Amino acid sequence: MIESAPIVRCRGVGKRFAGVQALRGVDLDIRGGEILALIGANGAGKSTLMKILAGVIEHDSGEVHVDGVATRLRGVREAMRAGIALVHQELNLAENLDIASNIALGREPNRWGFLRGRDLNRQAREWMDRVGLEISADHAVESLSIGHRQMVEVAKALSMDARVLILDEPTSSLSMVETRRLLGLIRTLADQGVAVVYITHRLDEVMRCADRAVVLRDGAVTAEFSKTALNRDALVQAMVGTIRQVALAETALSDGAASARGQAAATVRLQVRGLRTMAHPSESIDLSIGKGEIVGLAGIVGAGRTEVLRSIFGIDRRLAGSVEIDGRALRGGRPAHATRAGIALVPEDRQRDGLFAEDSLCVNASIVRIARESMAGFIRTSAERAGVSRMIDLTRISPVRQERMARLFSGGNQQKIVLSKWLMSDPTVFLLDEPSRGVDIGARAEIHALIRESANRGAAVLCAVSDIEELLLLCDRIIVMRDGRITGELSAQDATEESITRLAVHEREECAA
Amino acid sequence: MKKSIGIASILIAIIVATAILSPNFLTAYNIENLLRRTALFGILSVGVGFVILTAGIDLSIGGVVCLAGILTPYLLTQMGWSPTETVAMIVLMSIAIGVLQGGLVAYGRIQPFLVTLCGLLMFRGIARGITQDQTQGFQGQFQDLRWLGNGRISIPWVEHFAVPAPVLSLVIIAVLSMIFLNRTVWGRWMKALGRNPSAALHSGIPVARLQVLAYAICSLLAGYGGLLFVCDVGSAQPSDFGNFYELYAIAAAVLGGYRLAGGEGSVIGVIIGAAVMQVLRNAITLVPWLPDTAEFAVIGIVILIGVLGDEFLRRYAASRVRTQTKGIS
Repeated sequence: MIESAPIVRCRGVGKRFAGVQALRGVDLDIRGGEILALIGANGAGKSTLMKILAGVIEHDSGEVHVDGVATRLRGVREAMRAGIALVHQELNLAENLDIASNIALGREPNRWGFLRGRDLNRQAREWMDRVGLEISADHAVESLSIGHRQMVEVAKALSMDARVLILDEPTSSLSMVETRRLLGLIRTLADQGVAVVYITHRLDEVMRCADRAVVLRDGAVTAEFSKTALNRDALVQAMVGTIRQVALAETALSDGAASARGQAAATVRLQVRGLRTMAHPSESIDLSIGKGEIVGLAGIVGAGRTEVLRSIFGIDRRLAGSVEIDGRALRGGRPAHATRAGIALVPEDRQRDGLFAEDSLCVNASIVRIARESMAGFIRTSAERAGVSRMIDLTRISPVRQERMARLFSGGNQQKIVLSKWLMSDPTVFLLDEPSRGVDIGARAEIHALIRESANRGAAVLCAVSDIEELLLLCDRIIVMRDGRITGELSAQDATEESITRLAVHEREECAA
Repeated sequence: MKKSIGIASILIAIIVATAILSPNFLTAYNIENLLRRTALFGILSVGVGFVILTAGIDLSIGGVVCLAGILTPYLLTQMGWSPTETVAMIVLMSIAIGVLQGGLVAYGRIQPFLVTLCGLLMFRGIARGITQDQTQGFQGQFQDLRWLGNGRISIPWVEHFAVPAPVLSLVIIAVLSMIFLNRTVWGRWMKALGRNPSAALHSGIPVARLQVLAYAICSLLAGYGGLLFVCDVGSAQPSDFGNFYELYAIAAAVLGGYRLAGGEGSVIGVIIGAAVMQVLRNAITLVPWLPDTAEFAVIGIVILIGVLGDEFLRRYAASRVRTQTKGIS
């Protein structure tokens, strides 16, 4: 095949979010007629890069060329006009409308504002035929399977004259048959000259259908493979890389404490039996964590880690299963019960679920604690302030101003505020969901120190962490999940980035096309 | 406190304007009357403030006022209950109404607008059904109980002016509310719940129970308010007693700085808001060239101006904060 000129060419594209460098100078060519697989661990920058190309966000350094002309894609409409369409992982369809209306959404054929139903359906039919969607165009989207919805999204993108079709983890919630059909479809589209960019965690799919694979790590391209050079082990190697130096310094710090904790871990503190969550009702989770032990939950996005934590704490309903603390069953399924039993949860989305942004640091930090040290329901203000003050010293929140509104603090300090909320109540079971998301390396080390401190005082810690380096740094033991079930368990000594990735990433040889 | 300055200056402006336009405004009789009505409506407004704080709404206040206002003379004169039994009944019934509606909102996950709209219709209907639509009065008796509504507390050395008794009720209720909201764990949690319900749930705060509590307080104060209203005027007609009172209460709360989205508002602000409403109504009656029939129009305009002004200030403040602290995720 003759190398055609790339439709989209990225040169040194960079993007920074609130102190975190998400992309650092990415070079990438996207060519028509080719399926390009984009892979990398969580947080490697894949989605950020694709959002820039689709006009969802703007890059702040480097250049993006479309058809050889340097452009800045401001907004999704502009990207669409350039022929670039992104199909999000969470599909964006109007569920109450039918397929035809969804495909034409915003561009409905009309006369003086009145819809022309027949044209609408006829045009939709064309695009549906092209993606091989053999059902009636007047089906409501809410009655469709995820696989069919995906195809509606692709049809919609094509109807907007997309030349570059970006699919963000399209198969993460598809069945085997649906996956095969989708992969067949993108192959057909590529043969027709469309450039397909395919983001995935599933290496077997990459091996099967990609013409080229690009690996991202820490916001930069670390490897590129042509179809003939594709090789699973090399892909895994390129994804995980080696441990950074800053992290090494932290390891030295944690080693002594870990061995001390090793002895205490003999007594079981948290015991979960037969837990079934709403997200994966057919899978059942068993795990036990010792006193003072830090256990990591590894897995890719959607593996069900968040749901396990939420179900233990009672945010999500437990379909089945029991939770025991120090041998005593947890009664009541609500977070208030869990909190009283000494369970704490640091949620993944701190803005939405963790922080009272309009309240002061003091109110945020003491919100759980005030109930413990109240007198007949009255807040003891002096004790509250003293407690918060001690906590600020411990967590090194800055600036040291109890009355400052929480939303005015930086990301790392906000996370410390959420941690303080629970540390002040001295939890016996400490659940954390991505405790260092969006914070810089310095704050991350401090947050790790606080988690260790809590474990040293006897807490059983269970934390979902996507960054494998971080898992190896922080945890005594690592439990790996995939598709809602536990696929393996590794001690900190035995675990390597490679062994974790193997357990976490899908291997489905059995469904070869 | 800082937020109440805006509404307080509106109140003063209206008072000054009305005093200039009407010689009858600053008379002892009129002021006393204004204080009485402000206190009565203030009690309802403080109540609905709790519900609005949790991002809910209570439209049933008018219905509860009606039911309590009808039942008080009905139980005393028709059923022969003692004043103590009657008051106890009104209190228990009001709390039960609040728990029922709050329960439907918190545990049944039904929208508060719907639950309390149905409540509004139901409670007035019950009142009309019980009494066969007959006006209920005290028949010249029960002066001790009626003192709560129509009594006057004389001030030493002041001759022509006395403090209306409902002011005493309002002060006690306001002080208790402020203590609850600012000094107790549940008050702190209720405010937090309004600010960010999801974070409240993730902090192990008993969200549902607090919601029920807010509705219970609101209905209790509405029921007590209904009792005071009927004690003040002496009789109540089931078909229109308490009509639109929920809207007066909600308007006062909004004027006083409560956000319908929850989480924000102060007891002082809400009382000033209730005062603004009453001074406005008073002004419309007193100022000769303002037609009485335009009452609702004037009130509507003033509330709109108040809310717009508040929103403007809020955006101005937010944009200032944003420019000061760029780059916060």
